[in-house]
Amino acid sequence: MKPSLAQKLWMYEHMLVSRYFEETIEKIYLEGKSPVFNMAKGPIPGEMHLSNGQEPCAVGVCAHLHDYDIITATHRPHHQAIAKGVDLKKMTAEIFGKKTGLSGGRGGHMHLFDADVNFACSGIIGQGMGPAVGGALSRKLQNKPGVAISYIGEGAANQGAFHEALNLASVWKLPVVFIVEDNAWGISVAKETATSVQHNAVRAQGYGMPGVFVPGNDPVAIFEAAGEAIERARNGEGPTLLDLETYRLAGHFMGDGEDYRPKGEKEGLLKKDPILVFEKELLDSEELTPDQNEKIKSKARTRVDEAVEFARNSEYAPAEEAMDFVFV
Amino acid sequence: MAIKERKLTIARAMAEGIAQEMRTDESVFVMGEDVGPLGGVFGNTRGLFDEFGAERVRDTPISETAFMGAAVGAASDGMRPVVELMFVDFFGVCFDAIYNNMAKNAYFSGGNVKVPVVLMTSTGGGYSDGGQHSQCVYGTFAHLPGMKVVVPSNAYDAKGMMIAAIRDDNPVIFMYHKALQGMGWLGTEPGANVHVPEEQYVLEFGKAKTVREGNDVTIVSLGVGVHHGLKAAQQLEDKGISAEVVDLRTLVPLHRDHVFNSVKKTGRLVVVDEDYHSYGVSGEIIASVVERDVSILKAAPQRVAYPDIPIPFSPIMEQWALPNPEKIVEVCLKFNI
Repeated sequence: MKPSLAQKLWMYEHMLVSRYFEETIEKIYLEGKSPVFNMAKGPIPGEMHLSNGQEPCAVGVCAHLHDYDIITATHRPHHQAIAKGVDLKKMTAEIFGKKTGLSGGRGGHMHLFDADVNFACSGIIGQGMGPAVGGALSRKLQNKPGVAISYIGEGAANQGAFHEALNLASVWKLPVVFIVEDNAWGISVAKETATSVQHNAVRAQGYGMPGVFVPGNDPVAIFEAAGEAIERARNGEGPTLLDLETYRLAGHFMGDGEDYRPKGEKEGLLKKDPILVFEKELLDSEELTPDQNEKIKSKARTRVDEAVEFARNSEYAPAEEAMDFVFV
Repeated sequence: MAIKERKLTIARAMAEGIAQEMRTDESVFVMGEDVGPLGGVFGNTRGLFDEFGAERVRDTPISETAFMGAAVGAASDGMRPVVELMFVDFFGVCFDAIYNNMAKNAYFSGGNVKVPVVLMTSTGGGYSDGGQHSQCVYGTFAHLPGMKVVVPSNAYDAKGMMIAAIRDDNPVIFMYHKALQGMGWLGTEPGANVHVPEEQYVLEFGKAKTVREGNDVTIVSLGVGVHHGLKAAQQLEDKGISAEVVDLRTLVPLHRDHVFNSVKKTGRLVVVDEDYHSYGVSGEIIASVVERDVSILKAAPQRVAYPDIPIPFSPIMEQWALPNPEKIVEVCLKFNI
């Protein structure tokens, strides 16, 4: 299943939005945290896990999804949320902790919930997998359309939840696609010291489902693999595990010195920045004209700028509203 | 002769205590996420990997269920694992190993099996890390029989507690508060950085400490709450109220006599706890006084605890919900002393 030109451009544009978003968040996050880096300070306090470099995993999958399809995402969710169509203004306001945010500021960057597009995330590794299985079960029981996408990092594939969720989804033949974003690092711990196999795709075999390794952090290759897996799920043929090679071009979180990386690794990865690679491909093949490219970039920047302006200009909810919504 | 001051952070005091025990006891080893070359996200294993190597300071996969269970198995077989759960909020992933195995095997075996695990884990919020990275859940661990639970408020206690925990034949849950850890990026409570002797020493569990003497009201707390209590006591002094501050130091065993005797002297009790308000430490402390002798009280005991809500990300909401010195002062002023 090859992407159409329109789909390619959609992917490119959403990769750009995601990257501009992260670059902007990075700058704002550092406001108030200098000269002393204190996580509690500035307009965006707390931990911040940027998705720079992992955009192909988001767009290659989400290009196939509808609002009614379900995503359970990770502690590094911005690219996935943007590609799924989470309202960018409300999402940004949530990351700022504002009243106009998705959750009025209760959730924050690791807990983005947008029921309109069936998007949720959790900060605990691997713990979105069971809920994705449940979402798929619900669609099957209700005879409603929709697949569930469970995003995890490669570190999560060593969690019990991974193995239990794969087995359950398989034995019940549910419309789930498990997506491993393999960026090779669990904070400071390298995958090869933590994972018993080179590629998590092979683990799918143990649970009776296809496992597909997609090398190269290439949005088109991911699009093709995801297309097959999602179609399989929609046709009632059961779950698939997609194991996507990707690159974390930032630290685990902001403030991470990344001293654990082998010398030169980061520089090598930056040269393979998937956005630059994809841009070059599209220009070289003349699928994208330089003029069009500038327009797409400008549109992406405007979207991000408007979302940030909305968030900055929004008020905080009154403190006492912290008491709301424990029960509904 | 004046003793030369050697102020350490809690993080460094913990690492020093572990290192000293590792030098003298081959059975001690460390495992957890990012405890190796990185030295722990919160700094408490810094230097251990360089000194003891990958065999005894083991980075684990993100597999809490497996490595917490492995700690139980290794401890039952003669080792003394010091295992790190990076954030206490992650206990959900591995709690069966903790409360059904680690905490119960000694009892089930009639004392034939010992499980000397030290589970060290970070607690607390205040820096907008959201509701899955900011909890304390002291009461959850202390409620379940079979685990000792210790909460240092300063570096001296942290080192002595760590060494005592490693030498203890029982599981010890060592809960350190991120705001006291001395990691600049989390802010730093200077009161937690105190003189720490170089030699090995043991802090006996079950001994609360009066960290400030007073006559009008007893403020009981643990961890970061002790520092809130001390700041409140200072403010209260300016208003003519003499507050005593008690640092519980260990929740299991709990030094109930110490609390009782302090309240007997002052007649008033405020418990400060960053854990959730209901069914937790604050209720237990009050119960341990009133069930013994209600006649010593001049007023109903009060608590300044975290409300029964998940921890919000919004800094406005979170700071509003957290205990702080001002809230303690406000409660004490209502006593009309």
